[in-house]
Amino acid sequence: MRGRLIWRVARLVERREETPTARTLLFQVPGWPGHLAGQHIDIRLTAADGYSTQRSYSLAAPPDEDRVELTVQQVPDGEVSPYLTQVLGIGDPVEIRGPVGGWFVWRPTATEPVLLVAGGSGIVPLMAMVRARQAAGSRIPFRLIYSVRTPQEIYYAAELRRGAPGLDVTYLYTRVAPEEVTRPPGRISVYDVNTHGWPAEFEPTCYVCGPTGFVETVADILVALGHDPRRIKTERFGPTGG
Amino acid sequence: MGIVSPGFQGRPRRGDTRLPPGQYLTEGFPVLSAGPTPRIPTDRWEFVITTETGQEYRWSWADLMALPSETPTVDIHCVTKWSKLGTIWQGVSLDTLFTEVDSAADFALVHSYGGYTTNLPLEDLLDGQAWIAYRYEGEALAPEHGGPARLLVPHLYFWKSAKWVRGIQLLLTDEPGFWETAGYHNYGDPWREQRYQGD
Repeated sequence: MRGRLIWRVARLVERREETPTARTLLFQVPGWPGHLAGQHIDIRLTAADGYSTQRSYSLAAPPDEDRVELTVQQVPDGEVSPYLTQVLGIGDPVEIRGPVGGWFVWRPTATEPVLLVAGGSGIVPLMAMVRARQAAGSRIPFRLIYSVRTPQEIYYAAELRRGAPGLDVTYLYTRVAPEEVTRPPGRISVYDVNTHGWPAEFEPTCYVCGPTGFVETVADILVALGHDPRRIKTERFGPTGG
Repeated sequence: MGIVSPGFQGRPRRGDTRLPPGQYLTEGFPVLSAGPTPRIPTDRWEFVITTETGQEYRWSWADLMALPSETPTVDIHCVTKWSKLGTIWQGVSLDTLFTEVDSAADFALVHSYGGYTTNLPLEDLLDGQAWIAYRYEGEALAPEHGGPARLLVPHLYFWKSAKWVRGIQLLLTDEPGFWETAGYHNYGDPWREQRYQGD
């Protein structure tokens, strides 16, 4: 059993634009105990009058000493996300505790092939897995199916375009697709998962992350295609007004 | 008081005393699950209480429907920080199901279709605190929310309200369930903000 998860002061080191409405935030957190790809943290914001509120965010990258990286999608009228994406200044403090979650994780010691299926901002913990694989020099074959509304909404676009040996990336566009893409824009289907995922016989570990409806659909498809439900790990981002 | 984040104001304070520390209100009904949603037809559904001596008490779906039900209106609190107030359920009180059960156990391990488990003290399931719920807001409980039936224990964080519930195993010693093994708090009282081990 590990000790209590304590609140640590984290200071913003860098903020990068991923899309017009999403920002990657890099924090320095002295004493950070490290984490696994797929885990998340709790963040606590406190106002000058003592009011405070908390949210959970997935970590976007494996640990880099005492630095942790989040990607935050700005929710219209959100209480926390517009502050993080626009107001919080370099050097300003927030409080973070974690890491949290021991199920939706990928460990570099795992030997099974991996299928990652992301819906929108659900890419964040899956990107941590892609990066952890890279950082560990792992040769485990990864396939990533990434569903986005439009090409402009792809997170980590340049890094994914550079790619990595043994990592296959497929984009599915639901509203607007680039001209060279022959698949008409639309939601993820059995065909997409069957074509771009792994055959069930390969016994991959499948990680599915996105909005609830997306995750329900993809998990049902994977079960229908013969994947063992115990190897399908899901994380749902609800419309919780973050 | 925590460290102040410059420029953070937050929402207008509602001063709602029904909201536990660290929680915020949601109007939606978010879903938190570790895997695919199991589909259990009611003609294959059953619910089993197993005592520490191995004695079993079984109910089919028809048996459950034949029992007197209650319609509790309760606030629910998810460890991921959302709370939803005044939710209306229909289900059978566990007091009803435990009427005939003979046990000296202090602990319960709840099992779900799909393999999920969660643990809690038996006393938290009794005395009008817990139900096997099969309707939500007047509708049959949807599969993604745990239908056909889920445990409802609203005074603890909502992961204790196991979806797709299939049985309760009574134990003389406590045995941690799925999230409890993965670093979440063993008891999970939202009013004491018992989210993670050590809280």
